[in-house]
Amino acid sequence: MSENNEAAVETAKSPGPGTDALVVAENVHKSFGRLQVLKGIDLEVRRGEVMCVVGPSGSGKSTFLRCINHLEKLTAGRLWFNGELMGFRQKRGRLYELRDQEIAAQRSDIGMVFQRFNLFPHLTALGNVIEAPIQVNKVPRAQATARGSELLERVGLPDKADVHPEQLSGGQQQRVAIARALAMEPSLMLFDEPTSALDPELVGEVLDVMRDLARGGMTMVVVTHEMGFAREVGDSLVFMDDGTVVESGPPADVLSDPQHERTQAFLSKVLF
Amino acid sequence: MSTPTEPAEGPAPENPRPSRPAEPITAVPVRYPERWVAAGVVLVLAAMFVHMLFTNDAFNWPFMWDNMFSEPVVRGVGVTLSATVLSMVIGILLGIVLAVMRLSGNPVLVTVAWMYTWFFRGVPRLVLAVLFGNLAILYATIQIGLPFDNYWMPLLGLEGEARFFEIDVRTALSGYMAGLLALSLSEGAYMAEIIRAGLQSVDKGQTEAAQALGMNRGKILRRITLPQAMRVVIPPTGNETIAMLKDTALLAYVPVTIELFYQLQAIGTSTYQIFPMLVAACLWYLAITSVLMIGQYFIERRFNPEQRGARIRTAGGAH
Repeated sequence: MSENNEAAVETAKSPGPGTDALVVAENVHKSFGRLQVLKGIDLEVRRGEVMCVVGPSGSGKSTFLRCINHLEKLTAGRLWFNGELMGFRQKRGRLYELRDQEIAAQRSDIGMVFQRFNLFPHLTALGNVIEAPIQVNKVPRAQATARGSELLERVGLPDKADVHPEQLSGGQQQRVAIARALAMEPSLMLFDEPTSALDPELVGEVLDVMRDLARGGMTMVVVTHEMGFAREVGDSLVFMDDGTVVESGPPADVLSDPQHERTQAFLSKVLF
Repeated sequence: MSTPTEPAEGPAPENPRPSRPAEPITAVPVRYPERWVAAGVVLVLAAMFVHMLFTNDAFNWPFMWDNMFSEPVVRGVGVTLSATVLSMVIGILLGIVLAVMRLSGNPVLVTVAWMYTWFFRGVPRLVLAVLFGNLAILYATIQIGLPFDNYWMPLLGLEGEARFFEIDVRTALSGYMAGLLALSLSEGAYMAEIIRAGLQSVDKGQTEAAQALGMNRGKILRRITLPQAMRVVIPPTGNETIAMLKDTALLAYVPVTIELFYQLQAIGTSTYQIFPMLVAACLWYLAITSVLMIGQYFIERRFNPEQRGARIRTAGGAH
């Protein structure tokens, strides 16, 4: 897989208009120094699709997710979001890195939810939600506040608007984090193990919010260990191991009838 | 849920047994006779000290008291306070700029910030104060214009100079301004280190979350990282302010003749009452630093993580 990355750099083809792919990853590689984390990922996420990415830790799932919104810079390959190359501009066969401002603009259309929530501790729940709409999209404060309250209600926290993150439980913090990401009206939501840092009894409330979101037609890429959620909500399931996509397909098929040996070994440990 | 045959099980686990009567412990506490000895020794020493204060004529209390609040001295206190505030304000602003330069990743800015900090932390403040007081030896005037004009203007066949305006160093950098410059430039180097540590103490996830929301670097710094760095930056900044207040005494060597310590010394030397005036200096500095320490206590309490709650919304007001 990694041999043809030079060829991928040369080809300037981009997913043509009219395709319903929101994210196209083509031979995506990522190395940290000499450590190769992604060894050629080819994936497409269609509009409205909920894709769950599973795999053992260290398999590169989170790194791939972070490549989608350019928190990590690819070392080879291409990644398109909404028909635009993420993080680069291609001109006459050459790649140009985008400026900070331009990357920020691209990212503003992609919401991300982190394993450790990463709420802004100096702002209230509502403050967290309205910060980016006001600062980035220049939404008037009153309008942002109204929309923010609406979002907090949607994630089941209408009474927590004026509370600081430290006074919220993990599940509540993660729901505020989802509301914060939704406030930017993104076309795509990325979830990086959103329930892994939660106490078991708090996992359900976060998954409920995500389930609602999926039902509403949001395009989502979810890195998760929640196989039940993947089976029930996911449109597709991707199993990654050692920086490559080992197997993908409809969740029910992959989970109940894994074709690859490594998938079988992994699932036998997760499901019992 | 539970079977009716076991009514005592389950529903009330917090009080499994009723409280039984217990006899309170009445033991003889450990005695500390050495504390009484120590207290006695300290008391005697303190009495000796107070006795000296009243009996040694060199203190000349009435003279000190008369001159401590004389008009030039009180004006000197004002100069000391204004120099403290101004040099801290300039120092903090400079520190923010230097810290951001240091963390910018731009090799030129990183090197410049590093050199600056190296120089101003390496040279003693007293030396800086005297150096800036004598800057007029180096430049009689400072002219603002295009650099190296005396070389390239003739090459282009142009007459004259490309200079727009000039400052007379001897008047502009007289006393107070020179001292203020020395103190604030020096403070900038220390504040840069404090602010850098504060910025680095903010979790990387905060920046990533802000990036993911589409915020650019400047906004992330202003809205996310700096406000959170405040908690770490404020206590040492309080210490710096108190240290700065004391360091304004160095202005006496620029010299800044209107400054507190200079004034007190001037009275002392002209009247041969040197010691009372030095005591007066101690009392003045102690009085002001005590006020600052009280202020520091309240500011630190406000920025204490446990008490943060709804109160620290430094960035929330201004949009």
